[in-house]
Amino acid sequence: MNVPTAYILVLAAVLFSIGVMGVLVRRNAIIVFMSIELMTNAGNLAFIAFAREFLSTAGQVFVFFTIAVAAAEVAVGLALVVAIFKSKHSIDIDQMSSLKG
Amino acid sequence: MTTDLILFAVISVLAVATALAMLFSRNAVYSTLFLVFNFLVVAVLYLLLNAAFIAMVQVTVYAGAIMVLFLFVVMLLGAEQLSGRTALRWQRPLAVIFGGALLAIIGYVFLFRPAGSASLPPVPAEFGSPAAVGSELFQQYLVPIEIASILLLVSMVGAIVLTRPEKRKAE
Repeated sequence: MNVPTAYILVLAAVLFSIGVMGVLVRRNAIIVFMSIELMTNAGNLAFIAFAREFLSTAGQVFVFFTIAVAAAEVAVGLALVVAIFKSKHSIDIDQMSSLKG
Repeated sequence: MTTDLILFAVISVLAVATALAMLFSRNAVYSTLFLVFNFLVVAVLYLLLNAAFIAMVQVTVYAGAIMVLFLFVVMLLGAEQLSGRTALRWQRPLAVIFGGALLAIIGYVFLFRPAGSASLPPVPAEFGSPAAVGSELFQQYLVPIEIASILLLVSMVGAIVLTRPEKRKAE
């Protein structure tokens, strides 16, 4: 596919902004988590676009590591969500205010 | 060139539409399924950008394993729906304003100060194939891949410890 890299970067920026809005707007902790995944994915898309532009495998290798880190993050994060649900019986992030100063 | 642009336009519209649907779905199960669809669409885009191995990793690890884990937790907790009430009334419009401002800034930089050339260089035959990425991974990036494996092990242990049933501390 031969489209300018700038277009792909704009698509990545749109996806990233949707992820940011999801983190800021939604109150369900799992949806907030999924929005973070969407942002990670947008960053990966930019990496792949630049790897294609400069014909460098390093960008693709970096995406591989990003996916590995995202898998680790999801495992721990969802375990945290389950633990919070067990103690508070809610995953509304507005309820998680025990540490409020 | 024109067919490429049309293809790219269809893929971007699908990706943005599924991302927005993920954001606005009331039911968390639908959100998860829309995000799976979004990841599959982006995997197709990776494939078109000559990153075959990463596209397959995206489908198996992201759309497969990670999203199934999400779906599993959503259904396990039975917390598909939350009431739409928010504690802070001004949070939602402010979030939309800041998100739009971020998008405007990034879009301005990308569109009016283009990062790359207009037409891309031709791709060598082996670029992005599993053999090419794998040899790069295991020759030049051997230490990072070992660190990534340790990270996955630690996160697995952490997940098990966090979800372990509480033991009563009687003694």
